[in-house]
Amino acid sequence: MRLGSGTFAACCVVVEVLGVVLFLRGFFPAPVRSSSSSKHQAEPPAPEPSAGASSNWTKLPPPLFSKVVIVLIDALRDDFVFGSKGVKFMPYTTYLVEKGASHSFVAEAKPPTVTMPRIKALMTGSVPGFIDVVMNLNSPALLEDNVITQAKAAGKRIISYGDETWVKLFPKHFVEYDGTTSFFVSDYTEVDENVTRHLDKVLKRGDWDVLILHYLGLDHIGHVSGPSSPLIGRKLSEMDGVLMKIHTALLSEERETLLPSLLVLCGDHGMSETGGHGASSTEEVSTPLLLVSSAFERKPGDIRYPKHVQQTDLAATLAIGLGLPIPKNSVGHLLFPAIEGKPMREQLRFLHLNTVQLTKLLQENVPSFEKEPGFEQFKISERLHGNWIRLYLEENNSEVLFNLGTKVRRQYLDALKTLSLSLSRQVAQYDVYSMVVGTVVVLEVLTLLLLSIPQALSSKAELEVPLLSPVFSLLFYLTFLVLSAVHVIVCTSTESSCYLCSLSWLTAGGVMVLVSALLCAVVSALTKVLVRGKLLSKNAAHSNSRWSELDLLILLGTLGHVLSLGASSFIEEEHQTWYFLVSTLCLALCHDIYRNYLPGDDCEPQRCLHVEGGFDGATPALQDKNTSSAVLELNRGCKSPSSLGTLRGYEKWMVLASPWVILTCCRLLRSLNQTGVQWAHRPDLGHWLTSSDHKAALSVLAALSLAVIFALIQRRCSPASKVAMALGLLGVYCYRAAIGNVLFPWQQDNKDISKGILEARFVYVFVLGILFTGTKDLLKSQVVAAGFTVKTVGLWELYSGFVLLAALLLRPHNLPVLVLSLLIQTLMAKFVWKPLRHDVAEVTVMHYWFGQAFFYFQGNSNNIATVDISAGFVGLDTYVEIPAIFLTAFATYTGPVLWASHLVSFLSSEASSSSALSHAGFCYALIGSFPVSAYIILVTSLRYHLFIWSVFSPKLLYEGMHLLITAAVCVFFTAMDQTNTKS
Amino acid sequence: MIATQENTMKDTDIKRLLYTHLLCICSIILSIFIPSFFLENFSILETHLTWLCICSVSVTAVNLVLYLVVKPNASSKRSSLSFKVTRFVKCCVYFLMSCFTFHVIFVLYGAPLIELVLETFLFAVTLSTFTTVPCLCLLGPNIKAWLRVFSRNGVTSVWENSLQITTISSFVGAWLGAFPIPLDWERPWQVWPISCTLGATFGYVAGLFISPLWIYWNRKQLTYKNN
Repeated sequence: MRLGSGTFAACCVVVEVLGVVLFLRGFFPAPVRSSSSSKHQAEPPAPEPSAGASSNWTKLPPPLFSKVVIVLIDALRDDFVFGSKGVKFMPYTTYLVEKGASHSFVAEAKPPTVTMPRIKALMTGSVPGFIDVVMNLNSPALLEDNVITQAKAAGKRIISYGDETWVKLFPKHFVEYDGTTSFFVSDYTEVDENVTRHLDKVLKRGDWDVLILHYLGLDHIGHVSGPSSPLIGRKLSEMDGVLMKIHTALLSEERETLLPSLLVLCGDHGMSETGGHGASSTEEVSTPLLLVSSAFERKPGDIRYPKHVQQTDLAATLAIGLGLPIPKNSVGHLLFPAIEGKPMREQLRFLHLNTVQLTKLLQENVPSFEKEPGFEQFKISERLHGNWIRLYLEENNSEVLFNLGTKVRRQYLDALKTLSLSLSRQVAQYDVYSMVVGTVVVLEVLTLLLLSIPQALSSKAELEVPLLSPVFSLLFYLTFLVLSAVHVIVCTSTESSCYLCSLSWLTAGGVMVLVSALLCAVVSALTKVLVRGKLLSKNAAHSNSRWSELDLLILLGTLGHVLSLGASSFIEEEHQTWYFLVSTLCLALCHDIYRNYLPGDDCEPQRCLHVEGGFDGATPALQDKNTSSAVLELNRGCKSPSSLGTLRGYEKWMVLASPWVILTCCRLLRSLNQTGVQWAHRPDLGHWLTSSDHKAALSVLAALSLAVIFALIQRRCSPASKVAMALGLLGVYCYRAAIGNVLFPWQQDNKDISKGILEARFVYVFVLGILFTGTKDLLKSQVVAAGFTVKTVGLWELYSGFVLLAALLLRPHNLPVLVLSLLIQTLMAKFVWKPLRHDVAEVTVMHYWFGQAFFYFQGNSNNIATVDISAGFVGLDTYVEIPAIFLTAFATYTGPVLWASHLVSFLSSEASSSSALSHAGFCYALIGSFPVSAYIILVTSLRYHLFIWSVFSPKLLYEGMHLLITAAVCVFFTAMDQTNTKS
Repeated sequence: MIATQENTMKDTDIKRLLYTHLLCICSIILSIFIPSFFLENFSILETHLTWLCICSVSVTAVNLVLYLVVKPNASSKRSSLSFKVTRFVKCCVYFLMSCFTFHVIFVLYGAPLIELVLETFLFAVTLSTFTTVPCLCLLGPNIKAWLRVFSRNGVTSVWENSLQITTISSFVGAWLGAFPIPLDWERPWQVWPISCTLGATFGYVAGLFISPLWIYWNRKQLTYKNN
């Protein structure tokens, strides 16, 4: 079967995506679980241990608190309460912390610091897996054992106001609820008013047991303007007022009841210096946890400093406080200060309950649990506890009793700490089998791509795909049989869960067929390459083509980037790698240009030096690439660039200046958004622009950028889409003005901030219109064979549609990124690629590099926190899943997508060679799949690295997403190529 | 006959090249150790700027002295004083220009624009001493000759060949020197521009070592066009 190399590459990348998905499924492990499902909850609580004498206390201890109010403030960082901001803006809370009847803690959240996993951690006490981030957007109901479900089962009446994640996680749990959606990031007042408006009524009524309030405004402020914004202080004061209201109401009600009530103030995660969250920096994981109750009396002068605890500890504490069984999967230990005021017997009982629960979890998750130190400590303390009970029941001397009790208590606390630590370390096993199969698929695809380089980049741009060749059928069936046997053996022998084994037999068989077919294809390609290599070595005429410096740079840069992915700092600072490579690329281009265009000694020096050796180490496959790349040129004709004489003066100067202009642009963009970790806190232009004092500057910049975008894009468009473009860009400005990011000159005060739905939809109409016109042109060129120009116009139209969409979705301070991207594309196309006649492979790789650099120029990083989810809600009234995901993905990957789209349009309009597009598609697939494959292997070997969850896993998700985008781009290339060949 | 004569000439040239390069390396090594006798608490990392100044001054001095003693291209026919003076002034201007160009390139590569200006500029000066000064000594202020030497096949003598190698290796050293900066090892030498200056120095020294050996190794293949 003969395939065009573009089609072939697209197929390869699609298969690779499947492999990566399989790998990801195996890589992200399920969290520590108790095997007994949450259905059988009727397990009796552990009775009090006793040595000899029988204790009669076998029931669960009664609740400590009559009412519990949980005030969860999204993105509440510890220093907002305990630091200088807390003192300044939260006077009542500070009073409670310093003098009131309260216990304060700094609770450490585990990454990923995203709302839904954090709520799960708070309520179940378990550590949710990393994959919960992906599920964060559509949170399904929580089935694990948790405090809320237990409370409901115990007949407590629960009310929840605030983030609707709660309602989704705990459907039918609340007697009353009002969910607010967390996706209108720009709204930070209404979202909290919707919570507070219920307070008065509810507090007066008092017919509830648990009240949960989740305030989102602070998080929204953080996302929009960062932690140093003046809005933060205002919001904190508002929250302080809310706390005061609740506390006084609780205190006044307490007089009528016997039991005290409990007020919990906590944050789900912190806020980084840039205002985002998701990663594991200290600012993001430190949250305050404040327990206020009249049971925690303290004498004046009793200073309590906030202790460091885990966020998961709250679940156990709440369960004990409400008189409920501790959630089965909880790895936290109960916050001892909360029960300190109780009699010794109760304290020990509570500690015993918690220890028993943790030990049970340990037994279920660790095969060799007897050897764990925590287990031994548990046994010792249980024995001591039994002795204590015996003494207690015999009513011994209270002094002795107290001393022994203190000792038992210390034993229990030690045991709890050890158990909790070893359990949180116990991340569930990786599903190695699925990982291996995924890796094999990816590596086979990569090998196939590498081996087919010489054929795919030949002038015909076609290659023989030996899938149906009968010679290999034997090998195919043999491998298939062997793999099936291995599959059966693996699935029947392992105890741990395995994704591939849980699939149906048909699907698993399909995977095996895929693996063996790919293996056959690789083998046949290998033999072909060997045969070709022999033929080529006979006529050694190909050795005259040499690597240019640019090719060498591209090769070394790609290899270096891939190798750098093995170091966590290089992943955190990957933007630096790309900026460095792009700058070097510009200098190399500059060198190329000056060598070709400056008047030198004109007598074309002959070759005097024969440098052998240096470049011979390259792989044979890549050498073949070299031989064939000599064939593909943008324009037919000799490769030596047009000499100086053919260019007019102005153009000559532009050619000479363009690398420097591009370098300057890159430098400007670099200072627009600081990303990464080490230098992320540095001041940058983006923050300066988004701060509320510089709104006028931002407005001017945005307006100017939109004007320049129009000026740069309109040359290529048809008149109709020119008008559409202009109106669309105007609409973008109106949208930004409507949601309050920028100002109109005639409207200085921004009173009415709306969601801008009308304006955004107005722009969408034009985006769709332009895209539709482009598609129509493309279809016309395919059906009517209207020729070359129609297709080119269609492609440029699609490109401008993408630009308009990007202008709408990018935040206003990022519009210069779009402008400079267009500017660089124009300069490169006009003054570098055309006059210097780079071959298709080089142009493709340069597009890829610039696309990557622009990904980071936008302010992205390899950290989940920098994804701008607000882009997914532009012009949408409510959260609609598919458009939201699509828009967020497009906004995040604007850089790579725009550059790829430019590549298609540029090649189809400039290259006279018909195979240019399929060559470009092949190169794009190759260079896109190379880092993913290498990274999968790196991550597998580093899976016990300290930073695996905080640094390597987010990068893995980014790589997976990037491969998906690459696959889409390759399919697009192929589609364009198909229309090309048909016309 | 002519061939053998050429070969012997080349051999003596290579020998002289080796000695001059050894002297240059010595000057760099001395610039590390000598100042500690005169200056209190001098070390490369802590008083990096001082070292940069001393190193560039000593390398420039050694290069000038060697140029005056060895005279690799004794082809300057005119030797009037005024010609020499204008040539010297031109060289100085070129040197300054190269310093500023390097500075601009560093900033474009991402060096801070406002902070650490002195550090960046001294790095530019050092890199210029490693690259521009030898070029000026050997080729003079002659852009055409420079372009010829640094285009692919334009080398006409052993000296120019070694110049090409040392210059490129200095650049590559400085380029590679930027790699450790993002790593989180928190070492004192990871601070901008120390790792880059050290990289450039290592590159220069390596170039000085490698170029005579490389030329000696490939002396059969190297045939220079004499004009």
